[in-house]
Amino acid sequence: MLEDINDEKLKDLELKAVEARELVIEALLEAGSGHSAGPLGMADIFIAMYFHVLNHDPKNPTWADRDRLVLSNGHICPIQYVALAMSGYFPVEELKTLRKFGSRLQGHPHRGALPGIETTSGPLGEGISQSIGMALAGKLDKKNYHVYCLTSDGEHQEGNTWEAIMAAAKYKLDNLIVVIDRNNIQIDGYTENVMPLDYLTAKYESFNWFVQEVDGHNIRAFNTAVNQAKAVHQKPSVIIAHTIPGKGVDFMENLPEWHGKPPGKEEADKALNELRTLQGKIEKGV
Amino acid sequence: MLNPNLKLNENMFAEKPEVDATRTGFGKGLVALGDSDPNVVALCADLTESTKVEEFAKKYPDRYFEAGVAEQNMAAMAAGLGVSGKVAFIASYATFSPGKNWETIRTTVAYNNSNVKIAGHHSGLMTGPDGATHQATEDIASVRVWPNIQVVVPCDSIEAEKATVAAGKITTPVYLRFSRDKSPIMTTKDTPYDGKIQEFWTTDNPQVVIFGTGWLLYQALLAAKELEEEKINVVVANVASIKPLDQEKVVELAKKTGAVITVEDHQAAGGLGGAIAEVLAKNLPTPMEFIGLQDTFGETGTPLELIKKFKMDKDAIISAVKKAIERKTA
Repeated sequence: MLEDINDEKLKDLELKAVEARELVIEALLEAGSGHSAGPLGMADIFIAMYFHVLNHDPKNPTWADRDRLVLSNGHICPIQYVALAMSGYFPVEELKTLRKFGSRLQGHPHRGALPGIETTSGPLGEGISQSIGMALAGKLDKKNYHVYCLTSDGEHQEGNTWEAIMAAAKYKLDNLIVVIDRNNIQIDGYTENVMPLDYLTAKYESFNWFVQEVDGHNIRAFNTAVNQAKAVHQKPSVIIAHTIPGKGVDFMENLPEWHGKPPGKEEADKALNELRTLQGKIEKGV
Repeated sequence: MLNPNLKLNENMFAEKPEVDATRTGFGKGLVALGDSDPNVVALCADLTESTKVEEFAKKYPDRYFEAGVAEQNMAAMAAGLGVSGKVAFIASYATFSPGKNWETIRTTVAYNNSNVKIAGHHSGLMTGPDGATHQATEDIASVRVWPNIQVVVPCDSIEAEKATVAAGKITTPVYLRFSRDKSPIMTTKDTPYDGKIQEFWTTDNPQVVIFGTGWLLYQALLAAKELEEEKINVVVANVASIKPLDQEKVVELAKKTGAVITVEDHQAAGGLGGAIAEVLAKNLPTPMEFIGLQDTFGETGTPLELIKKFKMDKDAIISAVKKAIERKTA
């Protein structure tokens, strides 16, 4: 079971999440291409994962008993790279090489390129399947690790995702926890216009999963949900995290147009100002 | 004459030669691997009997994962197992895996360099009565262009068993191609298997070299035998490993003969013929004839009816040899 998050710890995690958003903006500005909305929207969850939930050792990324985190929607990798760097897998300065020639920070995550990347991902709908493979291996090897698969809502339009959802239930993988970034946007617009996904809860329940819905920006609630999921036996778990795409940067929030593009210089400055103000507020406790 | 150094099956030209299916060899090899390595696991997409995963699944139920009719999920589950210390075999018909799940394998197995072996069954016209929907005739072409992956096409059930065991002993991805029907056994347990091109039929002063892969190699050997009676001397070389390809041997035999035929139960474009042509174009441009499907799909029929119709049988190979000889002397 995970420890409860006390007020002091919560403040620390929230500050880290703001810092992570700033690093995302800086890396994207430097890269000149990449996705903005998803990484900002998932910052709270990634910080919760790498600084509280995961049983991992950044100095020993191939430790056999580690929890695995698979990012299925690989295009939001800037936030994973930021969380990996902040937690000590590689130097934070390296974030500025994102998407550049010769960088270990490939445009989409690639196993072997960077410590802490468990598997190659990016083409949508393949992460849950790969996570199932890791969870099955954990059962075969009688290991106690958990596999966390972070996915998007949009990739639930892929048939492969539903193939995986069937298989995870069949194999009763209670060491698998899927987290869906339910931010309602994808490249072409709002998910419910592009190809409706509602109601994911009912869909997962009918596939025999343990389903929870949380506010994806409430780290304490997310932690509780993970604890609930870990307590479930003989079923895989899904946490549908309702998030605001572009969270923390007012002019990006909830707009599909920010799904797949980076900020320009002025936009980045504006975003960083806003985030620094937010940081000050959290520090002062207002 | 049959190469005496390779300990081939001397009875292969009997009226009723011993036959077996390459998929049977796969099934035996998989069980042998399961016996020797506890990390070997297998997945199948609702075709355990016809892909011969059945024996492994019965003997090692804890290490067998039925994927249902869901080839993309099967491939990516195997990729997850493969990056977690397992040696994961996936089996289905080649039209579906690596056909339907091509990009899944490209990303999660090949690029990811995960320890997954893809067993593609029911390849080629040999799939016969099922018709063109189930006859994989583009699979070699579509997977050999992936970096990190090896591509192996065994010529008979004995070689299939050896190839399966060899694939399970390396940690990188391998595509293994199998056929449905029984076909003549050309090798023996004592025939060496090392991934190199082997001259099954040798002769002094050969005029043409025939590179063959898979069960159709037998048609090439029948052709060589008949051509010998006409005083036309050829070499018949077995290419089990299309990737990596034994390039030195390709060039050596092309140099020795000056004319090349390729024989495969696959599209003539992009498979074995394509691979050999790439090597020769770079090193030693040589007249070539390509035996295979000529940009057309197959149809329903017995394998022998189909290879006759599509000009991939012994007689077609003999014609190709004669044409190649004319081309090089023209």
